Amino acid sequence: MIKHFINLEWKQYFRSSYWQKSLGLNILLVFFALYFIVVFLILGFGLLPILKKVFPDQDPFVVANGFIFFWLMIDLLMRFFLQKLPVMSVKPLLTLPIKRSTVVHYVLGKSALSFFNFLPLFAIIPFSIMLIVNDYSTSTALTWMFTMIIVVLIGNFLNFIIEAFSAELEFSFLPLIIFVGTLYGLDAFGIVSMTSLLGDAFLGIANNPIFILIPIAILALCYSFNFKLLKDKLFLDSSLKSKVTEVKAADLSWTKRFGDIAPFMQLDLKLIWRNKRTKSSVWIMLIGLLYGMFFYPQPMYRDMVWLFPFIGIFVTGIFLINFGQFIPAWDSGYYKMLMSQNIKYEQYLRSKFILMVLSVAIIFVLSIPYVYFGWKILVAHFAAAIYNIGVNSHIMLYGGSFNRKKIDLNQRAAFNYQGTGAVQWIIGLPLMILPMIIFAVLNALFGFETGIIVLIFLGIAGIVFHKKLMRMITQRYLDSKYKMIDAFSQDN
Amino acid sequence: MIYTKDISKAYNGTTVLKIDELNIPKGQSFGLVGNNGAGKTTYFSLLLDLIKPTTGSISNGEIIVDQSEDWKPYTSSFIDESFLIGYLTPEEYFYFIGDLRGQNKADIDALTSKFEDFFNGEIIGKKKYLRDLSKGNQKKAGIVAALIGNPEVIILDEPFANLDPTTQIRLKQILKDLAEKQGVTVLISSHDLMHVTDVCERIVVLEKGEIIKDLETNPATLKELEAHFAGNLESVQEEE
Repeated sequence: MIKHFINLEWKQYFRSSYWQKSLGLNILLVFFALYFIVVFLILGFGLLPILKKVFPDQDPFVVANGFIFFWLMIDLLMRFFLQKLPVMSVKPLLTLPIKRSTVVHYVLGKSALSFFNFLPLFAIIPFSIMLIVNDYSTSTALTWMFTMIIVVLIGNFLNFIIEAFSAELEFSFLPLIIFVGTLYGLDAFGIVSMTSLLGDAFLGIANNPIFILIPIAILALCYSFNFKLLKDKLFLDSSLKSKVTEVKAADLSWTKRFGDIAPFMQLDLKLIWRNKRTKSSVWIMLIGLLYGMFFYPQPMYRDMVWLFPFIGIFVTGIFLINFGQFIPAWDSGYYKMLMSQNIKYEQYLRSKFILMVLSVAIIFVLSIPYVYFGWKILVAHFAAAIYNIGVNSHIMLYGGSFNRKKIDLNQRAAFNYQGTGAVQWIIGLPLMILPMIIFAVLNALFGFETGIIVLIFLGIAGIVFHKKLMRMITQRYLDSKYKMIDAFSQDN
Repeated sequence: MIYTKDISKAYNGTTVLKIDELNIPKGQSFGLVGNNGAGKTTYFSLLLDLIKPTTGSISNGEIIVDQSEDWKPYTSSFIDESFLIGYLTPEEYFYFIGDLRGQNKADIDALTSKFEDFFNGEIIGKKKYLRDLSKGNQKKAGIVAALIGNPEVIILDEPFANLDPTTQIRLKQILKDLAEKQGVTVLISSHDLMHVTDVCERIVVLEKGEIIKDLETNPATLKELEAHFAGNLESVQEEE
């Protein structure tokens, strides 16, 4: 049975039109994977000697175990945003003579093979080797290694439990933030010292291998809980029945002031508000607004002026990047209809453009309080906002014409929790890094003002040539019309 | 109104549609029948410029469809559920289509009120999203949306499929009225020979992408069509 599943997966992956189109992206992903593997290897081999130097009077193994708590928290956060439960289109399988439990076991088993579970091995195994080299007993090192591997798997399954609960909620990040926040809070305010608790637990297991049964039991518990969750979801009616929500229509007549693009604006706003997946990009926008708080409060970053535009682009452009890169795939479900209707492509695209510009403007206004950390930040954010409006928005629209992957907004697939993955963030990187490099170079050579002026100048150039650029972009869309219709009418 | 010349569509060298000449005059109700894979949907997709012809061209009111978009204002269509926007209510969807076709809300309300019978009280004012409607009700909404804005050409692919018997009969009346009283050119495809002969003045039979029959509907047409498709069956059995 498993053999059939793997066969199906293989075909689904390689026969999708997406694969053939995005070879470059796949290569980029591999490159990133290699990068992280190298970083983890260095960490694995280097951690022990480094700790010895920094804390000469402490046992480095004990210190390392103290960090495990933080590593776990970061691991959970990363997984939540980047790892997806392997979606298998289960609907056709339900009527076939396959046991439901087999399907669920397969999905869960496949998730254990995720890159997120292999990556830590590149740090864990070298670290264990280093332990043995540094005269720790072999049994301690090996037990520690196996415990870590089990904990990685616990993280894997815990993440899906959290995601399952998040999927039910409007504000999908809430459970995770509460979970991580509570644990971190308990530790930070010294109520329960999670760091030493967890550290001691690991030390205890390493010294008494018999205690390894405890993490194994937790893993089994997480797995069986996941199993139960998924098995309950694996009925057709739970996806078909779907609560029929009453429509609450908001008054969107204010869009009329945008003239002939008003119908599209209204459609886009409804699109964003009425679909789970698009709605999450609104929440991401609000969370992105807080991104600056990671950097600006720390004096170390306050002197790194060259970083400001990067943060500015990220903060003011997060919606633009999130929403923009799926233009026009958001409308893929009814793209055929749009193409046979009496519409002007340019109006359709301009509506998306205005939406992105509005989002940048709104977030910029909301981010003004960052001025508390220095006026340069405000100026840099302003330049970044102009750059986003003039340059990045057009790039996003242009890039959209290469979009060949359908987004099924109506989909209520049992396992489709988030639908967005690592790829999404990687696409955004060049958009943020390019202006940062431009600014950093100019800042170093000619000073802050020149860098800012050039960014603003680039943005204004984009705005001035808006009409011309839009004409070019529209032509691109017209040229790839048939290809897009064809790709959007395929599933997967 | 619609003139097809030398059109063909091939995928990887396999020809799925090949029509030398087909002229559909204004105000005709035109039916397309054929087994699966005969090329009905391909023809409609070509007519709506959703796929590119391999050779030849179709013109709709003197306008060649893959060279200009000026045929769109007077042409409307409903091919399948992918023409619907799932996260809108039926009313919102009608208003949206109305906006695109230069109709205001009052026009739309006037139009939909004429179809109260047809909707059977299940579409308007239910505060449900289109994606939550049943297949049949989705189809009803899609068909009515294709009537918005007084189009001169209406293209419906398999309009009778998924509809309940009462609605099928009502739809037939609507389609007849469109062609007879309002001079609209109606193009439909169907697997139901009886419905097609009821509604259409002219029926074209496609087989493996080619026109093999072009009939003016008369009382004997249904028998002739049935004999034709049953004949297919016999010849297949003989081959076996």
